[in-house]
Amino acid sequence: MQEKTRGSGDVRSFEQVVTPHLDAAYNLARWLVRNTHDAEDIVQEAYLRAFKFFGGYQGGDSRAWILKIVRNTTYSFLEKNRPADLGVEFDEKIHGADTPRPDAETILLQQVESRTLRGALEELPVNFREILVLRELEGMSYKDIADVMSIPIGTVMSGLARARVQLRERLLRTRKEEGQRGLRK
Amino acid sequence: MACENNQLMLHAYFDGELDLVRSVELEGHLKTCPECSRELRDQEAMRQLWRSANLYERAPESLRTRIPAALPSEVQPKPVLGRRRPVLEWLAVAAAIVLAIVFGAKVIPNIGGQQQTNLLAQEVVASHIRSLQPGHLFDVQSTDQHTVKPWFDGKLDFAPPVIDLASEGFPLVGGRLDYLDHRDVAALVYQRQKHLINVFIWPVESRPTKLPEIQTVQGYNLVFWQRDRMYFCAASDLNVAELRQFVELLER
Repeated sequence: MQEKTRGSGDVRSFEQVVTPHLDAAYNLARWLVRNTHDAEDIVQEAYLRAFKFFGGYQGGDSRAWILKIVRNTTYSFLEKNRPADLGVEFDEKIHGADTPRPDAETILLQQVESRTLRGALEELPVNFREILVLRELEGMSYKDIADVMSIPIGTVMSGLARARVQLRERLLRTRKEEGQRGLRK
Repeated sequence: MACENNQLMLHAYFDGELDLVRSVELEGHLKTCPECSRELRDQEAMRQLWRSANLYERAPESLRTRIPAALPSEVQPKPVLGRRRPVLEWLAVAAAIVLAIVFGAKVIPNIGGQQQTNLLAQEVVASHIRSLQPGHLFDVQSTDQHTVKPWFDGKLDFAPPVIDLASEGFPLVGGRLDYLDHRDVAALVYQRQKHLINVFIWPVESRPTKLPEIQTVQGYNLVFWQRDRMYFCAASDLNVAELRQFVELLER
């Protein structure tokens, strides 16, 4: 509600709108670039940009607004410094297995350890990582995710489904490898 | 995969993004489709994993202090003069005088010298940091000044003033006993968005302590002042401008 009474260039309201989302901004940048140093620089840069563009902020969800700036800043950074990190675009199809998967996999999935999830998430292509972080860590709605990533809601839905399939495959692979190592001992 | 379309719906259903009609449809489908109900169980197992893995990366303190400093200088918020409470209007005059004293002339006797001053500031910061560790922030957790103030009765040999500044954007969140300057002191906890502010209060004794005015220690900002024969110190990772604004509000 403070966001409505803001006048352009009003400094206090910039802080009110943007400062509460510093954790969200850092979390997203940190997961996209996968190191703390670059994440801090990117968030600082994004906050400077946000300050510059604040006059154009139309109200609405302030977290989605700042996260959109953070993700765009991060992608510019990656394009410039690590183009190899930029992955595939979402397509609309889910590439699932054609054969039904054995029930035992659900049980395996329940045995996966926390650190395995961290590793698997780090290995995912950047846009899968992004959509999962926004949904699972930030708890955002499809609409807000669509805003942040500048994609249609339908693409959010299919992107999430694909990202989750990929994540699951990685988790299962790691879990099976661990199981085999355990047997050999 | 036979259920490709349903799979997309399944994710939306799992995320609570389907409307009622389609939710009911999908629940009907789940009863007859082992593949989709398995998928749902897998997703539930994965969400459980997300919950237990604690992957959220919070912004480090260094970044919190770095960003306000990096923004153009006009970003530093100016004190906003809120509505004055009529009953307390006369107090504003008194407070203005106190402020003039605290921030203007150095009337607090300089007996201990610089070293003692730094020791006190270090002590305050140590207390502030300790209070941020889990479970150390409150003895009494309440946003009601009429709960927090009586809580100190019988625990201290002075009565710390307790006021809430929620309407000014600095809600009171609680209080506790702490130890500073070789004695028990009151600590009040206020919040400014995600920043916590500790206000330490202790009486002026026969041997006056030399107080620094504003200090920055290990990235924390401290503002000291004295009023009604009590010392006050506000400590926070909040920027100096907002911390001073907070002190002015407390003093009004």
